[in-house]
Amino acid sequence: MRLDRRQAVAAILGARGDALVVTGLGSPTWDVAATADSPHNFYLWGAMGGASILGLGLALAQPSRRVVVITGDGEMLMGLGSLATIGAERPSNLSIVVLDNERYGETGMQASHTGRGVDLAAMATAASFPVASTASTAPELTAALPSLYTGEGPVFLVVKVAAHQPPLRVPLRDGTHIKHRFREALLGPRAFG
Amino acid sequence: MPEEAPAQSVWSQDIHQALTAADVGQVAYVPDAGHKELIELCHADAAMRTVSLTTEEEGVALLAGAWLGGVRGVLLMQSSGVGNCVNMFSLIEECRFPLLMLVTMRGQWGETNPWQVPMGQGVPAVLATCGVIVQHVDAARDLGAAVEAAAQLAFVSSRAVALLIGQRLIGAKTFE
Repeated sequence: MRLDRRQAVAAILGARGDALVVTGLGSPTWDVAATADSPHNFYLWGAMGGASILGLGLALAQPSRRVVVITGDGEMLMGLGSLATIGAERPSNLSIVVLDNERYGETGMQASHTGRGVDLAAMATAASFPVASTASTAPELTAALPSLYTGEGPVFLVVKVAAHQPPLRVPLRDGTHIKHRFREALLGPRAFG
Repeated sequence: MPEEAPAQSVWSQDIHQALTAADVGQVAYVPDAGHKELIELCHADAAMRTVSLTTEEEGVALLAGAWLGGVRGVLLMQSSGVGNCVNMFSLIEECRFPLLMLVTMRGQWGETNPWQVPMGQGVPAVLATCGVIVQHVDAARDLGAAVEAAAQLAFVSSRAVALLIGQRLIGAKTFE
């Protein structure tokens, strides 16, 4: 029995502390917004393939804060080169979580490569991530959580989840608003300086 | 090359000084010969985190993340890289992120590699279609002021700005 994606996201966000969260387009954005909206979340509704590398830019800009990217397998597959860039930069405060349902959930549940032998965690290891693993059960996910928030990064975690779509609760949509909300929460008055 | 054109080692310093004055803290690049000396200056500068990319679109998203974290950045690329960025520019326009790009042109002035011509000639139209403000510089002596002005437009007015550095300024590469 595969993990439920919303339960997995609730477990991940329950341990976030003051971490900054970036979500990849599609279901991960809906999951995070529905589970625990926060001004410290930056939601992508597009820019497919850009979530992890956007997380790198944020992590380098905020080296004292943990940055956690939560994205999907299709979104990660579109940005595989960014694994190499992140592996080369080795940001100690960046973690990437891939909610892997082996499907393109927003477009009709077409199969993705991760259900056909492609191992994203192994690719992260090959890109010199010091920590890369796959969690397929609740105990495995629980065991992986401490490294997400305190492990010497970059950390890469694939969470195998069931291929179903929970009820959609549409989060903030306007990109400029999402940006301003995030920057004001993080930077205070300097956001508009 | 135009007469008495300054060497790349000179104008690269002008660009680097303008980036320093603009408080640029992240530099993202895909290597290009026209940016060779500037890339070296940025790597040697402890105030700039200089990141080598696998493809230019990474730089667009990377610098959006930098801005979210309160840091200004610049993306260095060759004209061929503009085509690699197209969908990622939607992130910039939808969120109105500032984005400063310095694009060294190929396929433009005395090009000897025909494969560079299609994208090089398409750059201004592609950028304009994607909502990017396009500025041109074709004389080395203008580079410092051009970068300063483009940075101000990008960061203070929150706009995407590409400064196209003409191939005439850089010099056409030959394969003979």
